[in-house]
Amino acid sequence: MRVYSTKLRSRFLLGTALYPSPAVMLETIRESQCEVVTVSLRRESGQSRHGQDFWSLIKESGARVLPNTAGCFTAKEAINTAHMAREVFDTKWIKLEVIGENDTLQPDVFGLVEAARVLCSEGFEVFPYTTDDLVVSEKLLDAGCEVLMPWGAPIGSGQGLNNPRALRRLRAHFPNVTLVVDAGVGLPSHAARAMEMGYDAVLLNTAVARAGNPVAMGRAFAMAIESGRLAYESEPMEARNMAAPSTPVLGKALL
Amino acid sequence: MNIQCNEKPVEIAEEILAKALVELGYQSMCIATAINGEFVPRSMWARTVLSPGDQLEVVAPMQGG
Repeated sequence: MRVYSTKLRSRFLLGTALYPSPAVMLETIRESQCEVVTVSLRRESGQSRHGQDFWSLIKESGARVLPNTAGCFTAKEAINTAHMAREVFDTKWIKLEVIGENDTLQPDVFGLVEAARVLCSEGFEVFPYTTDDLVVSEKLLDAGCEVLMPWGAPIGSGQGLNNPRALRRLRAHFPNVTLVVDAGVGLPSHAARAMEMGYDAVLLNTAVARAGNPVAMGRAFAMAIESGRLAYESEPMEARNMAAPSTPVLGKALL
Repeated sequence: MNIQCNEKPVEIAEEILAKALVELGYQSMCIATAINGEFVPRSMWARTVLSPGDQLEVVAPMQGG
């Protein structure tokens, strides 16, 4: 898979929040063989080493980081956060989130497009967390995004793919754009379904971090994502309404 | 001089941002800063002068989804 100019082997992008411990997070990253992990920025006092210790751990994992602008409610906040993330993490990548509503964490697509336009023009490689709206997707591509990350369901909900038809439409309409289902995935089967639709990758956090055994769940997702991709590439059969015998009818003995 | 650092009142002797950050304990830490809502890149720290009442934000890497 190619994202901007970077080639990735794994199609599984993993969040780093909500794990029972830093050690479990690190082991989960390793066992799921993720190459990209999402990170964020938060306030730190001069007396705390929490952020510094976390950063050392992520560097130890060897994963490439995709900083987010989580918690930003305006384009200005998101743009400022992106600038800070570029400096701290030394990357052009930014997972752009501009949240419009607190209960659903639904993207504010107007602020999103506005921020994407500014950041793309400044040389950022923007990964916009968006809805499955086709027109908004067009605007994000016009703004300079080369990756789109429509939500499967609200962040952390574990509902899976709430609107598979819209997701299929996006895939069909943008055959050459890198599409990543981001957020709302709860089970490996949800991730496999997205991959079977032809999505290029899946990004998730809570479903793994909040599992009883995050390390094993990370592996389960990795296998599901790989399996779903292989199925897509294998050109699945069309579903039909009536049965069609798989065992040859010809040659059946008259009994 | 009194400023706000991450919304907490602090008193600092240094008015140059680079020196104030050291005074506040941020020496050689992986951080980014903003003053009054505007990003201040590391390359500007030595030339940025703080004023009383400024809102300084200091952020560091953190877990994220």
